[in-house]
Amino acid sequence: MATLDYSSVKPQKPWRLDSKQLALNAGIFILAILLTPVLLNITALNGKLGGAFIFIVLATVGNIVLSLIRQGVKTISTSIAASLIYVATGLVLLPLASVLITVIMRGKDAIRFNTLTQDMRFSQPDAAFTEGGALHAILGTVEIVLIASIICVPLGILTALYLTEIKGRFENLVRFLVQAMSGVPSIVAGLFIYTVLIVTLGAKYSAFAGALALSILMLPTVARTSEEVLKLIPNDLREAGVALGATQWRTVAMVVVPAAKSGILTAVILGVARVAGETAPLLLTILGNTSTHLNPFDGPVAALPLYTFSLMKTGLEVAVSRAWGGALILLTLVLILFITARLLSGKKR
Amino acid sequence: MTATLTEYTGAIPEKRQITNKPRFSDKVFRFIVTSGGFTSLIILGLIALFLLLRGLPVIKDMGFGFITGFEWNPGDPENGVPVKFGIGAMLIGTIVVAVIGLILALPIAVGTALFLTYYAPEGVKKPLTIAVDLMAAIPSVIYGLWGFFVLMSHAVYWEKLIHKYLGFIPFFKMQAPVYERSPFIAGIVVGIMIIPIITAISREVFSQVPLDRIQAAYALGATKWTMIRSVVLPFGSSGVAGGAMLGLGRAMGETIAIYLVLNIYFSPNFQVLFSAGGNVASLIVSKFGEAGEYELRGLMAAGLILFIVTLIVNFLSNAIVKRTSRTGK
Repeated sequence: MATLDYSSVKPQKPWRLDSKQLALNAGIFILAILLTPVLLNITALNGKLGGAFIFIVLATVGNIVLSLIRQGVKTISTSIAASLIYVATGLVLLPLASVLITVIMRGKDAIRFNTLTQDMRFSQPDAAFTEGGALHAILGTVEIVLIASIICVPLGILTALYLTEIKGRFENLVRFLVQAMSGVPSIVAGLFIYTVLIVTLGAKYSAFAGALALSILMLPTVARTSEEVLKLIPNDLREAGVALGATQWRTVAMVVVPAAKSGILTAVILGVARVAGETAPLLLTILGNTSTHLNPFDGPVAALPLYTFSLMKTGLEVAVSRAWGGALILLTLVLILFITARLLSGKKR
Repeated sequence: MTATLTEYTGAIPEKRQITNKPRFSDKVFRFIVTSGGFTSLIILGLIALFLLLRGLPVIKDMGFGFITGFEWNPGDPENGVPVKFGIGAMLIGTIVVAVIGLILALPIAVGTALFLTYYAPEGVKKPLTIAVDLMAAIPSVIYGLWGFFVLMSHAVYWEKLIHKYLGFIPFFKMQAPVYERSPFIAGIVVGIMIIPIITAISREVFSQVPLDRIQAAYALGATKWTMIRSVVLPFGSSGVAGGAMLGLGRAMGETIAIYLVLNIYFSPNFQVLFSAGGNVASLIVSKFGEAGEYELRGLMAAGLILFIVTLIVNFLSNAIVKRTSRTGK
């Protein structure tokens, strides 16, 4: 039996650049770095951003010329497109990195131990960092978000169950409405709750009002993510439940929802992350406060986004630093929620 | 041992009825879930109803001028200054800012989506996707803060460059050299905020391109870009358009970030580099604090208009996205 000996044949990638070509690529890169300061001096451009701009242009042009030499004119559109796509990706990462870095760098000065243990009851916005803090705002945010979750999570899950389990006549209508709801501007949600609760019913500004406004914004996220998760539950499970004699209610409550538990939790966390940083609706419903106020139904409360916003609006240097501190705490909170949701959903698949 | 059936003398149980009628518990369950499913309808209806009820007097008094008028004046009856509420300039400003944001965000978002689907090495794909999702999770007040303190100085510099070299285009003309807090800067901030939305939808559409068509293009000698141009972009175009509309809707409803970086001015301004813009949502935030009863009604009417406009934009974007996913070309 004649067998081919494959062991000597190695899979090859003939399109891969060899070391000489890679060195040329690196050369272009270094040349661009070296030429940047020169051009920066000659042209009208200046500053870090001007430098970055020149560097990007030089590196892109260099790469295009290189591929022109290597592959000829016919592929020029390919190399231009590739360069532009890389530049676009860079332009997405640039602001993200800038936002994260500035919030951390400027916020860390304003974070002291007392930031987490004191409120602003006795402190002016521009008092030294060693007095006063964001405790009232942190507690307020936690309180509002908790109440919002209590209101919104059952409704969101019911909506998702309607879409996946009942599949009634209005399935498409409901799906469309949930989509439409996700586009409701946050200020409109706040204005609506303000109109109903504070103007029409004469209630006071309160954490509860803020939570109602946030739950409007949270509902579509929870409903849509839960729907996606419930869709992934195999139909076999539902059929097995019904075949064993369970009613639909029993099947859903004992089989389907427990199977989708972690996914639904992810949905809730994503919903919370979506609304934890909302400012506009809170401005109209909780008003803000400088001292810790925990009764959710009576009187203005503080919240982190509002704390950040109002301190920034004072325009005082120290107050603005405090605002950055508030932003850092808020960002940390959102990041923790985001990472938790990622880990939870990652474990399932 | 054979026991015959005839020996059985007890009562024979009746044949069991097979029924597909839901039990009582199921009826309750179905009722609760169905009514829960209609929460969104109820909430949307209530929003429209209450804002309309409250805002109606102002809309009635101002008539069509509420949408076309440029003045926002709570009036001063003692000195004979008439009450005038018109959100024309604000509506125009909202659209101007949203369109600038979209123009900046769309190519970047589509480029990133293409990178994520076709260019990125395996190891880079996942972290980059997470980074883009993270961008969507950052609160808008932080974008506003960043836009005001970090972006503004850089953006003013770009604005000066644009004005210097492209000043002959009417949009880039200036009445006075005031570049801060212009629609252009607000557009950049909003653009950054809608990039993750457009990227996510475009990526979704691009990943649905049938593999056989991609391979067919390669087999016919296409390079990566010619493949994208002839297969991916035509397939994904209406999905991308839907994503862009969705981004536009978000951009029009964005409040706090714009409020922080845009100078509100009650006159329509198309010179995007000049420090004067309008925004319905920011109008509500800025006037809410000191508004009297009648002005509050005016703000609610403005909220209603904003609600309707974003609803329409959202509806269109849904229709467009849906059309792609059904036909698939």
